[in-house]
Amino acid sequence: MTAHNCETCPAHAHLAQMGLKVERFDRVVALAGNPNTGKSTLFNALTGLKQHTGNWPGKTVSRAEGGFAFNGLRYKLVDLPGTYSLLSASHDEEVARDFLLFGTPDCTIVVADATALERNLNLVLQVLEITDKVVVAVNLMDEARRKGIDVDVRSLARDLGVPAVAVVARTSEGVHALLTAVDGVISGEMQTRPRRPEGTREFNAAIAELVPLIEAAAPGVPNARWIAIRLLDGDVRVEQALRAGELASLVARQQRPDDRFSRKIALQGAQ
Amino acid sequence: MTTDANALPLRGLPRDERAPRTAPDPEAAIRRAEELRRGLTGNFRDEAVSSIFAEAERISKRVVRRSGEAGRDWDQRIDRLVTSPFFGLPLMLIVLAVIFWLTIAGANVPSAMIATGLFWVEDRAAALFGAMGSPWWLTGFVWHGVFRGLAWVISVMLPPMAIFFPLFTILEDLGYLPRVAFNLDFLFRRAGAHGKQALTMAMGFGCNAAGVIATRVIDSPRERLVAILTNNFVPCNGRFPTLIMLATIFVAAAFPPVVASLAAAGAVVGVVVLGVGFTLLMSWMLSRTVLKGEASAFTLELPPYRRPGVARILYTSLIDRTLFVLWRAILTAAPAGAVIWLLGNIYVGGTSLATHSANILGPLGTAIGLDGVILLAYVIAIPANEIVVPTMLMVYMGTGRMTELDSMSELRTLLVDQHGWTLLTAVNLMLFSLLHNPCATTILTIYKETLSAKWATLGALMPLAVAFLVTFATATIARLLGWV
Repeated sequence: MTAHNCETCPAHAHLAQMGLKVERFDRVVALAGNPNTGKSTLFNALTGLKQHTGNWPGKTVSRAEGGFAFNGLRYKLVDLPGTYSLLSASHDEEVARDFLLFGTPDCTIVVADATALERNLNLVLQVLEITDKVVVAVNLMDEARRKGIDVDVRSLARDLGVPAVAVVARTSEGVHALLTAVDGVISGEMQTRPRRPEGTREFNAAIAELVPLIEAAAPGVPNARWIAIRLLDGDVRVEQALRAGELASLVARQQRPDDRFSRKIALQGAQ
Repeated sequence: MTTDANALPLRGLPRDERAPRTAPDPEAAIRRAEELRRGLTGNFRDEAVSSIFAEAERISKRVVRRSGEAGRDWDQRIDRLVTSPFFGLPLMLIVLAVIFWLTIAGANVPSAMIATGLFWVEDRAAALFGAMGSPWWLTGFVWHGVFRGLAWVISVMLPPMAIFFPLFTILEDLGYLPRVAFNLDFLFRRAGAHGKQALTMAMGFGCNAAGVIATRVIDSPRERLVAILTNNFVPCNGRFPTLIMLATIFVAAAFPPVVASLAAAGAVVGVVVLGVGFTLLMSWMLSRTVLKGEASAFTLELPPYRRPGVARILYTSLIDRTLFVLWRAILTAAPAGAVIWLLGNIYVGGTSLATHSANILGPLGTAIGLDGVILLAYVIAIPANEIVVPTMLMVYMGTGRMTELDSMSELRTLLVDQHGWTLLTAVNLMLFSLLHNPCATTILTIYKETLSAKWATLGALMPLAVAFLVTFATATIARLLGWV
């Protein structure tokens, strides 16, 4: 297990794994990314838990939660199922998207596969559309090096407007730098200026007009901007959800652990 | 991309939440959005999506430098073989056969050792209870009932699992599962099912409840239901010991000792292939009747082969899988052992309750080539399939407690000479074990995943009906042809 190196590794001086103790926490961090990029491996490295990992896309189908402490602050870490896009529809991908949109994590770590960066960046850019608080973890750097692929994370960070850190989740390489970036983004010490596609002037005006209407119709909903885009796009499901007042309950639902599944069955699912 | 966007669901949300109907009207926002949409030029969302793709390409061109394709070669060369149209499927069967052979050949000795040890404990403990003056029924209930049930389950299940699960986890960590899905895709597509059903099916080998949960990776609700309802047709870990035992007693016995375990492994592979066949057949039938529709296209990544980590494999396979499954088996075996003991020791009109119920189920059992005792064992084993064989043996022995049998040959003598088992009984029991209803946990999981009592019921009754039909057919044919 990756966690075993931690005691000897100076980079972990400030990291304390807290396993399942997530009742009291100061900050919530989500782990998102394409399928099979090593989210669960990183989750295990940070929390010391033994969430099941495997080399096939689609292994994680529900949320897993764990805790760690870094620089004296307690973090709740939420491992999400892998997803290629925020517009997709299978149940596992829905779990991921709903949490990113409505779970209001303090920071989202998007785990990207260094060996297939272009495809992974599609999701990174989509996540950047809905939140500023993002850190990109470029994982599988060891595999990339073996294949002769080199990723310049500094220019990546500059291009994306958010911190990017090279990591090897399997050996916990780069984990300290990753957590420092997460800490900086949440505290505001590290300013992010996410790269977003420039909309047309009418589009931006339309969004600006819709956002207050949505905030009035569904008070407390984060990401009114995203909902505004969906409404402009004519998304019937979002319209229905807004009408039925479901958005608020969706937000409430994200604050609770995945409640449709008992822990026991979730464990079986993890197999 | 827009069709994708329209498919974006907020479904499955609880509708019963007491969300306040806010005073500000949501209709205002929706109406305004419609007006604004008309004012917007072009397909703005398509543009936004394609601008994301372009941006990703631009950035990755700038930050990624490739200095060679070393290593990639190997992956591709192996993949050409593993996923080749000619070698792909046979290679899969060979891998499967090797795994079962290692499991069968390796599990025999430790199984016997654990059984001997635990039964020794039982005898000593029972004797100690007797010496301390405990009444016979207490000794019987605790040690010959509950404890013996546990001893059986542990000795029969633990060694095969401790071998099977690490081997399976190695394949999983290596990256073989997506290749299996790739190889089987064309079959599932023809059956009108989703290619990823091969993945959920593979999970079903470990535990059908886990397989049912794994179907969440399938986008289309129709294909997901097909995958859920047919997952049970691959034998789970709870049913493997039954299959392995039957293969060892009836198939291996017909071969010289040198190849006996190979033959047994071959028989188990045959049963598994049959199970996959039934998965495809029932998927095909479902997609043409209650779940009509075409198979949808999907992309499946073939991840690079990765060297499995030893520590992780041991942890996942032994702690997460073996002990977890064993614990569940123990939890169900203990009460079942008690029930068996009670059935065997409560006498009504001179015969035990167990014999009474077996007699009632007798005609039905005989019609499908089994007998009343076997069916009774399946009824008692609804909570967990692991305890079918011990239950059966207990009722056969009529001693009111589960039986200690030191060797497989004694078991054969008991079944064949004393209870009239034939090859038909063995074959039909393997078929019944493969096809019958899922265990209670799996049925509950189907209900939780579909939130529908209808689908859970169908998921339980459809396999049961298939099991009765198939075994009835084989029994009738065998009898008509005069084989038995």
